[in-house]
Amino acid sequence: MDNIAGRKPALTWAVHISVGLLVLLWIIPTLGLLVSSFRSGDQIVSSGWWRAVFTQEVQMSPIRIAAEEVQRDGIFVIEGRLFTADSTVSAWGTSSRAPQAHLPGATVALEDGLTLTLQVDGSYLLTSPATTQGTRLPRVFATATTPPEFTTNNYQLVLFSPMAGQSIFQAFMNTATVAIPATIIPILIAAFAAYALAWMEFPGRALLVAAVVGLLVVPLQLALIPLLQIHNAIGIGKGYLGIWLAHTGFGLPLAIYLLRNYMVGLPRDIIENARVDGATEFQIFVKIILPLSFPALASFAIFQFLWTWNDLLVALVFLGTGNDQQVLTGNIVNLMGSRGGDWEILSASAFISIAVPLVVFFSMQRFLVRGLLAGSVK
Amino acid sequence: MDQAFLALATILIGVGGCIGYFWASNLVLDKVVFPARGPAAGRNISRANMVRPWLFLLPALLALGLYLAYPVFATAWLSLNRNVAGELVFVGFDNYRSMFAEEQFRESLRNNMLWLIVVPAMATATGLLAAQLTDRISWGNLAKSLIFMPMAISFVGASVIWKLVYDTREEGQAQIGLLNAVWLQFEGGIGSTLVLKIVPALALAGFAAAVAWVVWGQVLALGQSGAWIRLFRLTGIAVGLGLVGVALTWAIGVLTADLPYGQPQFWLQIPFWNNFFLMAVLIWLQTGFAMVILSAALRGVPEDTIEAAIIDGANPFQIFFKIKVPQIMGTIVVVWTTITITVLKVFDIVRAMTGGQHDTQVLANYMFDKLFVAVDWGVGSASAMIILLLVTPILVWNVWNARKEMR
Repeated sequence: MDNIAGRKPALTWAVHISVGLLVLLWIIPTLGLLVSSFRSGDQIVSSGWWRAVFTQEVQMSPIRIAAEEVQRDGIFVIEGRLFTADSTVSAWGTSSRAPQAHLPGATVALEDGLTLTLQVDGSYLLTSPATTQGTRLPRVFATATTPPEFTTNNYQLVLFSPMAGQSIFQAFMNTATVAIPATIIPILIAAFAAYALAWMEFPGRALLVAAVVGLLVVPLQLALIPLLQIHNAIGIGKGYLGIWLAHTGFGLPLAIYLLRNYMVGLPRDIIENARVDGATEFQIFVKIILPLSFPALASFAIFQFLWTWNDLLVALVFLGTGNDQQVLTGNIVNLMGSRGGDWEILSASAFISIAVPLVVFFSMQRFLVRGLLAGSVK
Repeated sequence: MDQAFLALATILIGVGGCIGYFWASNLVLDKVVFPARGPAAGRNISRANMVRPWLFLLPALLALGLYLAYPVFATAWLSLNRNVAGELVFVGFDNYRSMFAEEQFRESLRNNMLWLIVVPAMATATGLLAAQLTDRISWGNLAKSLIFMPMAISFVGASVIWKLVYDTREEGQAQIGLLNAVWLQFEGGIGSTLVLKIVPALALAGFAAAVAWVVWGQVLALGQSGAWIRLFRLTGIAVGLGLVGVALTWAIGVLTADLPYGQPQFWLQIPFWNNFFLMAVLIWLQTGFAMVILSAALRGVPEDTIEAAIIDGANPFQIFFKIKVPQIMGTIVVVWTTITITVLKVFDIVRAMTGGQHDTQVLANYMFDKLFVAVDWGVGSASAMIILLLVTPILVWNVWNARKEMR
C-alpha cells in the first residue's frame, strides 16, 4: 500500500536514481570545501579537488635551481632535489616555451658550458666549467605525477597564526562567548511567559498570543539603529552584554511561541491535580511543567544556538571589530575580501566555523525536526 | 580566559537572576501583598491570582517591547527625519523620495522581487519532490539527513562553499571551480546542444504549460466565486500569464543564444544571471527545511483517500498531484511564506559573495550599506520600513490564523 511504485520495478529504480542524484547535488559543494581544506595551496590551484584522490600528472610551477656549489675534479657541481614529495618526473625542460622537451635521465647542454641532468625522482646534477656564484641559475619546468597527498597544515595555520589580524581560534572563542549565554538566558524567560500564556486565565491573553505571533516575523533589521542608540545611551555601547541582550530579545518570540504550543498540549489533569493538592503556581511550573517540556526546550535551544552561532548581521552591529570581539562569520567575510584566492586558508577557516553546528545538527536532529514541525505545521 | 569567565558569570547571573526574580516576586505576592490568611483570605487569593500572570510575563514583555516593538516605531520615526549636523530634522517623506530616485534602490527592489519569486518556489518544489521520493525508499532517512544538513551551515559558510563552486581561473589554467570544470566539458557539439539548449527549453516550455493549465483552471472557476475571491483569482491569472510569457521568452532565448563555449566564465559577474547563482545558495540551504515539513505533512495524508484512488485506477502521478498535494496545500503555503520571510532578510550571502556589486544588490544589504557604510540613518531606516511593509501581509495573515485557532 505505502509503496505503489513497488509494482513497477522501473519506477522504483527511477526513484532510487533521482534521490541519489539529488543527494549528490546537495553534498558535493560541501564535500569540495572539505577536501580542499586538506590539500596544500599548490595542490588546490594546480588541479580541481575532485582529482585529489587520484595520482595525477601536472606541470609544476617553475623551480629555480638553488643549492650548495662544490668543486669536484676541476668543475663546479650543484646537486639537489626539485621537490620533497613522492613524485616522479615524466618530462622536463628549461624554458617556458618547451617545458616538456626532455625525458628524465637525459643530460642537456645549456649556454655557458653548463650541463643539467634531471632524474625520475627529481634529483638533479648541474655542472659548470666556471663558478656559478653570482649568476642566475637555470629554471626547471618539470611535469611530474604525484600520488594523492593530504595535509592538516591548513588547520594548524589558521587556528593559531593570525590571518587578517585575528586567528580563527580567537574568533572561535568569541563566537562561543556570544552563542552560549545567548542560548541559555532566553529559555528561562520564555518558559515562564509561555506557561502564563498557556495555563493561566487573565484578560488580554489572546491579544498577547497574537502579538507574539506578529513579532515572530518582524525583521530584526528594523531594530538595529534604535537599539544601538539605547545601548549607547545607557552606557553598554558595543560589546558582549549588548549582543546577549539583543539575541535574547530577538529569540524570545520564537521561544514563547514554540514553548506555549507545547505546553498547551500537556495533560490538564496533572496541573489541576497539583493545584487541588495545594501546589503554588511557581511549584507547578518548576516541578511539573519544566521537566515535561524538555523536548520543546531542547528544540528551541538548538534553533537559538544555530542562529546565534551562524549570525553575521547582529554581530556586525552590536559587537566591536577588535580581535577580542570579532566572531567567526565576521572573520571569514574579512578573509573573503582580503585573501579571497587563498583557498587553503578560506576552506579550513570555513570548516572550523561550520563544524560545531554540524555536530549539533547530527547529534540532535530529532529535536530540531520536532521543533520545526511544532513551529510551522498547525 | 577573562572572556570565558565573563561568559560563565553572565550565564550564572542570568539564570540565577531569572529564577531568583520569579521565586522572590511570587513569595512577596503570596506572603506580603496579598497574604492568604486573616479575614480577607479568600479575596486575597483571587487577587494574587490576577496579578500572578503578569509577574510571569513581565521579563518577556519588557524584552519584547524594548527589543522588537519599540524599534518598529523608532525606525518609522527615524525614516521621517534626517540627520543634519548632528541634529534630527523632521523632513516628512523626503527620505523615501530620494530613496526611490536612487538607481541602487530600484535595482535592489527589482532583484528582491526576483528572489521572492524564484527562491520560495524552487525551494518548496524541490523540497516537495525530495519529500515524496525519499518517503518511498529504504535509505530515505539517510538521504533526508544529508539534504537537510545545509540547515546547520551559516549563510557565510555556505557562501564560501559556493564561491569555490563558482571559482574561475584564466583560460588554459586548471579550473578548480566545479561549475567551470563542467562548463568546459561542453564544446558546442550535439551533446552540448542537447544538454544546454533543448533540455532547458523543454523544461521551460513544460513549466509554461503547467502554469497555463493552472491559469485555465482559475479562469473556469472565475464565474462561481465572490467579489474578493474573484479579485484574488484575477491577480493570480495576471501573474500566471506573466510567468507563461517569461518562460516562453526564455525558452526561445535559450534555443537561439550564442553560448561562449570553451571560455571559463566569471559566474558572479554576469549581470542579471549572477542573481540566480546567488539564489542557488539560498535554495540549497532552504530545501531541507521545506522537505522535512512537507514530508511530515505527506505522511499525515489519510491512507483511505489514497487507497480509494488506487482502486479507482489512478497512477502514481495522479495520486501525487490530485490526492496528496491538494490535501497538504495549507502546509505548502506555510513553508512558502516562511521561506519568503527568510528571503526578505537575506543579507549575508550577498554581502559575502558580491557585496552587492555587479547588479546583485538586495534590500537588506542596501539597508546595511546605508546605515553603517554611508551612515545615512534616514534613508537606511526608510529602506528597513520597506522590508517591514513587504512582510506585513504575511504578518497579518499569521496573526489572523492564530486568532482563529485561539477561539
